[in-house]
Amino acid sequence: MLHIVNKSPFERNSLDTLLDTSPGGAILLIEDGVYAATKGNAFEPKLKAAMDKFKVYALQGDLEARGIADRVTDGVAMVDYGGFVDLVANNKTNQSWL
Amino acid sequence: MKFSIVVNEGPYTHQASDSAYHFTKALLAKGHEVFRVFFYHDGVNNATRLTTPPQDDRNIVNRWSKLAQGSELDMVVCVAAAQRRGIVDEGEAKRNGKDSTNLAPGFRISGLGQLIEAGIQADRIVVFGD
Amino acid sequence: MSTIKKFMFVNRKAPYGTIYALESLEVVLIAAAFDQDCSMAFLDDGVYQLKKGHQTKGIEVKGFEKTFGALEDYDVEKLYVDQESLAARGLTAEDLCVPVEVMSRAELGKLMDEQDVVLSF
Repeated sequence: MLHIVNKSPFERNSLDTLLDTSPGGAILLIEDGVYAATKGNAFEPKLKAAMDKFKVYALQGDLEARGIADRVTDGVAMVDYGGFVDLVANNKTNQSWL
Repeated sequence: MKFSIVVNEGPYTHQASDSAYHFTKALLAKGHEVFRVFFYHDGVNNATRLTTPPQDDRNIVNRWSKLAQGSELDMVVCVAAAQRRGIVDEGEAKRNGKDSTNLAPGFRISGLGQLIEAGIQADRIVVFGD
Repeated sequence: MSTIKKFMFVNRKAPYGTIYALESLEVVLIAAAFDQDCSMAFLDDGVYQLKKGHQTKGIEVKGFEKTFGALEDYDVEKLYVDQESLAARGLTAEDLCVPVEVMSRAELGKLMDEQDVVLSF
């Protein structure tokens, strides 16, 4: 399953709950969700620890808009909207953690 | 592949409508079929043609209308959410005694059943919201 | 329209502060009317939606606690509640307005993976 997260981990617990709940799959960070995938942020260790169960992606346009595209956590793949579409298509189901 | 999109937030306050638009455009560019775009909650505010943003800003409503026109998108606005927020087409104006309408081109007002149908008929459904 | 899909409605927001909880119920009832295989999941602040004893007169907003009680009549009987979210809020199943299945996050996550359509509110 593809999990879509659009909240900063510092504002809401969407990503935190998702990591504790889902058995694994893919995570796409969009909008304010991309802040989770930056080097040195306090949530990064938890995200990194989850990477053996989840493949993590972040939307490039949202990273760039926020001035953080140059400090993306190692192992997180950047995708554009076309990549977003492919992720949805390649996973049987998806869920937006609003 | 057949997709449905749900937009739960209005324009300009939250990024959801922008994200949904870019996603829908990318879907079409990749040759996928869009079964329906459903506007719910404050998302119905994406459908008022009275929107007038400053010239140097994107016109979110017109952008949706143009996309619908070019690709024959079925853009459905939830009727109950629309009534609550004053999004009105001719039928609704007549039924509820309103003196004007504001539904933008390419949108139509219908019931929540259209959302469930969108989930049943499409291979994938993606929700954009807050 | 004979296709039956597994629809799960995921509720993670508290009632009344925003409209999402109310709208989620509306959608579930419609999905049930379309004879879909419906379930509702409650986690994080979503568990507050089920807290019994809502009195909404003071805020002049329509309460919807009764609608949870009516879900059974629409054959919506799968209400899943996250144990951890309840405990974190000092609640137990006895505080809730309808019978539910309380489960761990891992069990809930497994159920999510088995759905055809997940709509979150």
